[in-house]
Amino acid sequence: METFIQQLINGLTLGSIYALVALGYTMVYGILGLINFAHGEVVMIGALVALAVYKALAATLLPPLLILLVGLCVAAAVCMALGWAIERIAYRPLRNAPRLAPLITAIGVSIVLQQFAMLFWGRSYHSVPALLPDTSYDVLGARISAVQIVIMLAAAASMAGLIALVQRSKLGRAMRATAEKPEVAALMGVDANRIVALTFVVGSALAALAGVLVSANYSIAHYQMGFLLGLKAFTAAVLGGIGNIGGAVLGGVLLGIIEAMGAGYIGDLTGGVLGSHYQDIFCFLVLITVLVFRPSGLMGEKVSERA
Amino acid sequence: MYAQKKKIAGVALIGVALAILPFVIGMGFGNAWMRMLDFALLYIMLALGLNIVVGFAGLLDLGYIAFYAVGAYIYALLASPHFGLHWPLWAILPLGALVAGMFGMLLGAPTLRLRGDYLAIVTLGFGEIIRIFLNNLNAPINITNGPKGIAGIDPLAKNIEIFGYALHSLYLIYYLFVALALLIVVVTMRLEKSRLGRAWVAIREDEIAAKACGINTRNVKLLAFAMGASFGGVAGGLFAGFQQFVSPESFGLFESIMVLCMVVLGGMGNIPGVILGAVVLTVLPELFRQWAGPMQMALFGQTYIDPESMRLLLFGIALILVMRFRPMGLLPSSRRKAEFEHAAEEGVTS
Repeated sequence: METFIQQLINGLTLGSIYALVALGYTMVYGILGLINFAHGEVVMIGALVALAVYKALAATLLPPLLILLVGLCVAAAVCMALGWAIERIAYRPLRNAPRLAPLITAIGVSIVLQQFAMLFWGRSYHSVPALLPDTSYDVLGARISAVQIVIMLAAAASMAGLIALVQRSKLGRAMRATAEKPEVAALMGVDANRIVALTFVVGSALAALAGVLVSANYSIAHYQMGFLLGLKAFTAAVLGGIGNIGGAVLGGVLLGIIEAMGAGYIGDLTGGVLGSHYQDIFCFLVLITVLVFRPSGLMGEKVSERA
Repeated sequence: MYAQKKKIAGVALIGVALAILPFVIGMGFGNAWMRMLDFALLYIMLALGLNIVVGFAGLLDLGYIAFYAVGAYIYALLASPHFGLHWPLWAILPLGALVAGMFGMLLGAPTLRLRGDYLAIVTLGFGEIIRIFLNNLNAPINITNGPKGIAGIDPLAKNIEIFGYALHSLYLIYYLFVALALLIVVVTMRLEKSRLGRAWVAIREDEIAAKACGINTRNVKLLAFAMGASFGGVAGGLFAGFQQFVSPESFGLFESIMVLCMVVLGGMGNIPGVILGAVVLTVLPELFRQWAGPMQMALFGQTYIDPESMRLLLFGIALILVMRFRPMGLLPSSRRKAEFEHAAEEGVTS
């Protein structure tokens, strides 16, 4: 039972991060109908920029929490600018190109960002200083650390904020209109280019937050950290039904829990034949099974085959 | 009559060029370049296989390298000291193609209902699953030897001597690869014009309309997966024999993406375009890697960027630039180009 609760807590932590990143994928997909392959690298840049800020401010005697907040703000600003630039360079010129062309440019951007990060920050793994209090609490025999609580709260708060933004604000309404039918939205006076750019900016801000949180969780940052995280988050977005914001959250949390449970139990269930290194298989198998029965994800709408 | 003569002359010219190419490159630049040439041929086979799935049938496959892996491991298991088996090449290659084709069906069957990007992520997951299994099937029974990989695989050819003239094995491998690559080119060209090839294009353009025209979309899609996969399996077997070593590391997602880039960058669905894409993306990055170091030394007196990341950096920039200015690829097929221009004229956003 303790194992179960412990893995549930770990899974929820991991899942909140996946959900944050998945939101970025799903928002872009919802509005443009394409996979932003470079999104994982934005998360990585966010984590590394925040780390650089921590290091620069380490000598000052500011309280650690303030340093964390400053790091987060700088990372968010950098990532938002980056998201805007990616849209301008890699996507806008290809708005009317064949469907696979933007996918390839996104892969190109992803490679370039990774190599820049490597030249800038080097190949080594950087340890991230613990800026949050190192306390943990007892929950039904399992441990939950302050970091994990902060991650879940921050993720939940920003998701609630995003949903409010999309459902309640004028910008959100414009986003939904553009996603529905860009031409008609344009006729209604919506500047589609601006909305698409803002979608990238908002998604990148969430990615920066995810980068800060994930590096706090593992105490490690690395120029290749964005790749697998992006892959998992994309899987989560598809699992939930890509293009659907609620689906991305659900998919992210589910995937996190499945992975944690898989890692915790797979050895016992198979009598030690399969070890925890099969945990990545687990998440893909769940994905394939779900898609066989629900081809457009858990919460995805049933789209007609061709408009 | 004249056109036919011209065609024969063209084919003969290509044949002669391919026959003497290794001597020009081998003598002029050395064996490292010969290896690169052989690799380019392997990538041509891979890219042509993926082109069937992505280019003809329009099914986005991000896990294609899994079939390459299957072919490579079949060769590695059947012709190495690992199990003490030493089967001949010509027994293994067809078997590799068959098994890879079966894996293709295995991937195709559950994904028949999926469209576009959902298909992409499932194929990606499938590729990862295969790689993770290869990485971990060393326990409880040691089949794949885990992350260490399988070494000491039987070579494809040995150095031989003809008329007292020593010929490096790389040359024989080159001719083997050229022969098989040409076979694959001919098969894909014939397929493209066949009933099946036209059915694939119909599905790519509009699946429902294709179905309404009486095409059995299920079987035709499965055939696309199986045929693409079997080409990958053949290339994989050749890769194993060529390197004499396989490990799961060679079959990551990045390799799948690389092959996809070759197909799209060259010109999806167009055979000469795909071949060009494969050659360009194999040779150019390698050139940059070799020149990047000395060039920086000459210009600035020291190396700022190490050659390997220089190679990747330029690769990424090249992908962005080519797609930016030639969104249809370097050599688009005439049919797709016409469609694209037509769509652009009418202002249709797809």
